[in-house]
Amino acid sequence: MTLLAQAQHFVRPPDWTWYIVPYFFLAGLAGGSYAIATLLRLRGERWDEPAARVGYYAAFLAFLPCPILLTVDLGEPVRFWHMLVNTTPGAEGLNFKPWSPMSLGSWVLVIFGLFATVTFVEVLVRDRVLRLRLADRAARLLDGMPGKIWNLVGAVLATFIAGYTGVLLAVSNQPIWSDTWTLGGLFLASGLCGSAALLTLLVRYRPDAQASAGVLVLSERLFTLLELALIVLFALTLIPAGALDDAFGFPWILLWLVTFASLLPGLGGLVTERLAVTGEGTVVAQPAVASAAVPTLVLIGVLALRAAVILSAQY
Amino acid sequence: MAEITPGTAYGFFTDTSVCIGCKACEVACKEWNQLPGNNPVFGDGYDNTRSLDSENWRHVQLIDNVPDETMGTGQGKAWLMMSDVCKHCTHASCMEVCPTGAIIRTEFDTVFIQQSVCNGCRDCIAACPYDVIGFDEADGVARKCTMCYDRLQGGMEPACAKACPTDSIQFGPVDELRQQASTRLADLHSQGITEANLYGHDESVYGGLNAFFLLMDKPEAYKLPNAENAVLPSRNNLGGWLTGAATAVLGLFAGLIALRRRQPPPPETTPRGAPPQETAPPSERSSPPEADAP
Repeated sequence: MTLLAQAQHFVRPPDWTWYIVPYFFLAGLAGGSYAIATLLRLRGERWDEPAARVGYYAAFLAFLPCPILLTVDLGEPVRFWHMLVNTTPGAEGLNFKPWSPMSLGSWVLVIFGLFATVTFVEVLVRDRVLRLRLADRAARLLDGMPGKIWNLVGAVLATFIAGYTGVLLAVSNQPIWSDTWTLGGLFLASGLCGSAALLTLLVRYRPDAQASAGVLVLSERLFTLLELALIVLFALTLIPAGALDDAFGFPWILLWLVTFASLLPGLGGLVTERLAVTGEGTVVAQPAVASAAVPTLVLIGVLALRAAVILSAQY
Repeated sequence: MAEITPGTAYGFFTDTSVCIGCKACEVACKEWNQLPGNNPVFGDGYDNTRSLDSENWRHVQLIDNVPDETMGTGQGKAWLMMSDVCKHCTHASCMEVCPTGAIIRTEFDTVFIQQSVCNGCRDCIAACPYDVIGFDEADGVARKCTMCYDRLQGGMEPACAKACPTDSIQFGPVDELRQQASTRLADLHSQGITEANLYGHDESVYGGLNAFFLLMDKPEAYKLPNAENAVLPSRNNLGGWLTGAATAVLGLFAGLIALRRRQPPPPETTPRGAPPQETAPPSERSSPPEADAP
């Protein structure tokens, strides 16, 4: 956080736009879904396992486009591997700069990709969608403690993937982004929020996973509270740098309004229901359209938040 | 000038007090480095280059301070002219964030983007506090002043310094340039030109700039962040990661609260098709993965 009367920025925007906004969105959902799925699997009841599997499916599918989006955003897409391998004559070797979030993120993205893919195959086998003797044997390696450790490590990497994009923006000299220390946390909270909403939507299509809908709804509300707190901190940290108007001015305020609208149902639910999902402790059955509306709004809010932060600093 | 030897830090001392805004440096730079010409942009003023970018590695800033009403002679302050260039910072923001290792420090202590290594991620553009680096749409890489790396290797001074008719751009070993700059500053101050100041000649700005300046106004007037604002991107690592970690812990608590506060689904709401054991009470906790293992 800067304590200056007004931060001076004479920097040029990097033009991270139409590939990067969806990447940040999907990275938040991939990471958040894997983390929530792991929470359900390791700390939930037996009946939470089907929802956990929905989470692992979602994490893999949300992850898939991420490397593609990042690659096509490069000026030289065929050199995507230069993120990992230094080709400087005389200095050939692996690139690893932990102080550069883009370098660190490239590595974690590769490793998380491995975890998300292996877990995806594992749940395909356990759901008996994939029936191969070899896959059965491989999935059996993840029985018991090794599987728990695998999921736990995967969840730590997933949490990183959901939030590092915010730190990447902050580790720059761009206005707004570099004026705050909140973006890593904000993107993580919003990613968790969106993932809980996404899984709430998806468990509708898997009857044996619907028992976890209540947990997902309640966790989404709590993540919403966390996200709101971080948005407030984000705004507060921009004041000393004089960047509040740039971040929340027109037209970005429209995106922020969408974000705030997406927080309202969650916050409202928290106020009216406290920590119970409903007065009865379970989810009230609603028509499909009505029950899909709130999670969809939350997901749009996750996208709007990222678009507001990414675009407002660059235009 | 003396022989150019690898292992010595070279740089520019750009003395803006003698810049006449002729743009010979821009032309010489474009000619030597075979940079494409760009259409001039005419707006309010004489500056039709506008900014440093992938095609402009020297840019003469023409800052119009002419008062609306005549107040006597300008004393060199009505127009500020300054030939801007990559600063070749000792602690370079671009080099710090570059994930590919494309940005290196050469044997002449200059900051150089290897065009064959850069993959066009543009993280350096987000980092450079001087708006120096531009993205070359045609080649898909980041480009900026090389301090005529090829000329230095051939023992020649950079094209801009060679072409400058007033010696506003001086090239040489950084140590020598700093001494010249101090002498020049003392001269100007003794002539009563107290607004003259040096920028980047010492470690207060990014550990020292190999391309430093004598300015006739405060740095901000030339779009240069002052010493207080000259900060590296990595300053935000600690706060960013700590906030992320704290959020992760709070998120974990939120998830655990959500898991603890719910009731087991009543039998009548158990979804059709669900296996009977899935309505087991919480006390019969068991680990689902291995229980469901094929």
